[in-house]
Amino acid sequence: MTKRFFKALMTSAVLSVGIAGGATAAECIAPANPGGGWDFTCRQIGKILFDIGAVDKPVQVTNMPGAGGGLAYGNVVNERSSDEDLIVAASSATTTRLAQNAYAGMTADQVRFVGAIGADPGVIVVAADSPYQSLGDLVEAIKAEPGSVAFAGGSAVGGFDHLKPLMILKEGGFTDITKVKYIGVDGGADAITQTVGGFTQAMTGDMSEVVSFLSNGDIRVIAVLTDERVPGFEDIPTAKEQGYDVVAVNWRGLYVPKDISDAKFDEWAGKLQQVADSPEWAQAMKDNGLAPFTKVGGDFQSYVDGLVADIASMSKELGVTQ
Amino acid sequence: MDILANLAIGFGVALSPYTLFLAICGCFLGTIIGALPGLGPSNGVAILIPITFTLGLDATSALVLMTSVYYGAMYGGRISSILLNIPGDEPALMTTLDGYPMAKQGRAGDALVLSGVASFVGALLATIGLMLLAPTLARVAFYFGPAEYFALYLLAFCTLGGMASNNQAKAALAACIGLGIAMIGVDSSSGLPRLTGGNLHLYDGIDFLVAIVGLFAIAEVFFFIESHGKGSSIGVKLEKVTIPWKDIMATKWTMLRASGVGFIAGILPGAGASLGSFLAYMTEKSIAGPNGGFGTGAPKGIAAPEAGNNSAAGGALVPMLTLGVPGSGTTAVLLALLMTLNITPGPTLFTERADVVWGLIASLLIANFVLLLMNVPMVKIFVKILMVPAWVLLPGVTMISFVGIYSLSGSYFDLLLMIGFGVLGYFLRKLDVPTVPVILGILLGGNMEDALRRAMTLSDGDPMYLFSSPIAIGFWIAAIAGFVAPMFLRGLLKKPAAHED
Repeated sequence: MTKRFFKALMTSAVLSVGIAGGATAAECIAPANPGGGWDFTCRQIGKILFDIGAVDKPVQVTNMPGAGGGLAYGNVVNERSSDEDLIVAASSATTTRLAQNAYAGMTADQVRFVGAIGADPGVIVVAADSPYQSLGDLVEAIKAEPGSVAFAGGSAVGGFDHLKPLMILKEGGFTDITKVKYIGVDGGADAITQTVGGFTQAMTGDMSEVVSFLSNGDIRVIAVLTDERVPGFEDIPTAKEQGYDVVAVNWRGLYVPKDISDAKFDEWAGKLQQVADSPEWAQAMKDNGLAPFTKVGGDFQSYVDGLVADIASMSKELGVTQ
Repeated sequence: MDILANLAIGFGVALSPYTLFLAICGCFLGTIIGALPGLGPSNGVAILIPITFTLGLDATSALVLMTSVYYGAMYGGRISSILLNIPGDEPALMTTLDGYPMAKQGRAGDALVLSGVASFVGALLATIGLMLLAPTLARVAFYFGPAEYFALYLLAFCTLGGMASNNQAKAALAACIGLGIAMIGVDSSSGLPRLTGGNLHLYDGIDFLVAIVGLFAIAEVFFFIESHGKGSSIGVKLEKVTIPWKDIMATKWTMLRASGVGFIAGILPGAGASLGSFLAYMTEKSIAGPNGGFGTGAPKGIAAPEAGNNSAAGGALVPMLTLGVPGSGTTAVLLALLMTLNITPGPTLFTERADVVWGLIASLLIANFVLLLMNVPMVKIFVKILMVPAWVLLPGVTMISFVGIYSLSGSYFDLLLMIGFGVLGYFLRKLDVPTVPVILGILLGGNMEDALRRAMTLSDGDPMYLFSSPIAIGFWIAAIAGFVAPMFLRGLLKKPAAHED
């Protein structure tokens, strides 16, 4: 009897050890549970780094979920600030939360952003039967009657999905951004459901969230928030060509601890560039609805600094900064 | 004909020896995961995801393995509910209400077999429903906006009062404690933290698994310590397992109704299996009336939640596959798995990746039969895992609880929190306050609040928005009836009790 019981214990023990593992090789922290975007970043980049020979040993992926990435951020800042073999998955959500002081007082300059190698383009979507045919229609409707259009998105109020339409509206000359209605639901698909159901008038999200809904004709994408039209989706106009110069993408990238040497920082930047240039990564991007978006090293750090400053000022206006 | 042809493709995929082997492994692992308190289906599946990567499984095989684990856990959860009064996973919560009393009456075997059969009926009907209706039912989600969701959750809470029938006030108090705990964490409508005391660990709120394990398993350990190991309520004896045909026949309509209720609850995104089993139980309880013996070991009280939660598990796959909207916590993890396998669920999945979808459906059908075999004739194997002397079992339960919870987040903070919940659970039980409403408050409170906040944003704070659709009004009427009716019925039904049963 007890034998079986210990078998059960062993099962659970083995299961839990399976995710911890030992670590001598480079480590990538995904600040979320297995399966999400950050986990994807770590696993794909880690795998390609090893496959193309940029690292000698397979990269260990550690999942450290909590506080929307805040726990992992705190861990890196406080305990591992000089670990040269550590990379951490990051995205627009990381910088948005940092800009809004959502990581309990920690700031963006406490780590170094080493690079982004791919991005999920932002989109504005309406239901197929919506009267709004273009981004202009939508913006004019909000200018005339701010309450007439409600947006649904997959992030919380003040999150990146919320900020996207606000950036467009500001560009269009509408400054009273607190009047714009936004509800944060559980993910992009849910936001589309609410929009197709007529509860909200528009959905704001990422390209990858809407792809599967495009072909069955429930929705219409009225703008993609990139510099140029996205390959494979040439019939979707950019916000830029409709007169709203807004580029908002959910980039996928990495940060490293602050106190590593400049040489090591450049080394990671170089390795990331190698991944970005590899055919494996091109395929991974294609499979996951990502568009090319490569910025590494100092170039990326200054992009992040600019982004954080923009979001911080807008968030203050919205009243979501803590 | 289309369906038959598709199903044939599906069985072609699922009946390969390798896939079949994976399905059986998944069922077995799932049942154990479900039966062990603390390891629920969602973290069970999450823990196993890295294994599918390590094994290099292709999309269909990975999905087959994971969904068998999912279905298996739904079956397994009832075992510890019935034998230990500790729900193995959150949807099995309702099964403790009648399952444990029945086991204490010396009918543990009957309770296990009956609940196994009910699980089978629920899961089978849900799989058939998924097969026939998925593309159509996916549209249901389009009719549910914030107002409708709010009314649905309200319905769940309004019927709560009737659950702890001895004292409604204590049930309400317990629900309020749960709702209060649900408020902890970052407020999703403003992004601001509430009641966290600046502690990063509390930003994501309190995981209900931590609460469940604390309130049930750890509290049980405290009781055991208090009684010095004597007369602990844990460890029901299981003698011979026979098939209680009489009970199965008597509950056949209950199983069918509960499957229907559960399936619909499963389809609604965010509602999930817990709400499914809860609504199924409450429906049957109100049909049976106050003399139905619910809460004292009624067979219907076991059949209803088990059929309900298993069919909700199947129902939850409908929005996940057709809309990419997970209907429950576990399907959210499965969704993540699909995405990493480069399968994007959505309206076109059924046509574009027919092999994956129909292979999945066929293996669900197979898994279901495998599970019936494992859980009825072979139930003793699983029972023996749990049937060890209390002095071995309790430290074991404690250890598994700690390992399970630690594997959730890898933080010791959750362990402290779990012990805190254990202390809370101990005092609540001493004061005769039911703990089930606490859990339901934590589980559903956040969703209910979100729905209300969204509704208020959309309507500029106009409360009439909450009554703006026929669906919402229907739920409101049911909720008010569910709250008020027991008060009047109690008085009315006491008199003619003589000719009941």
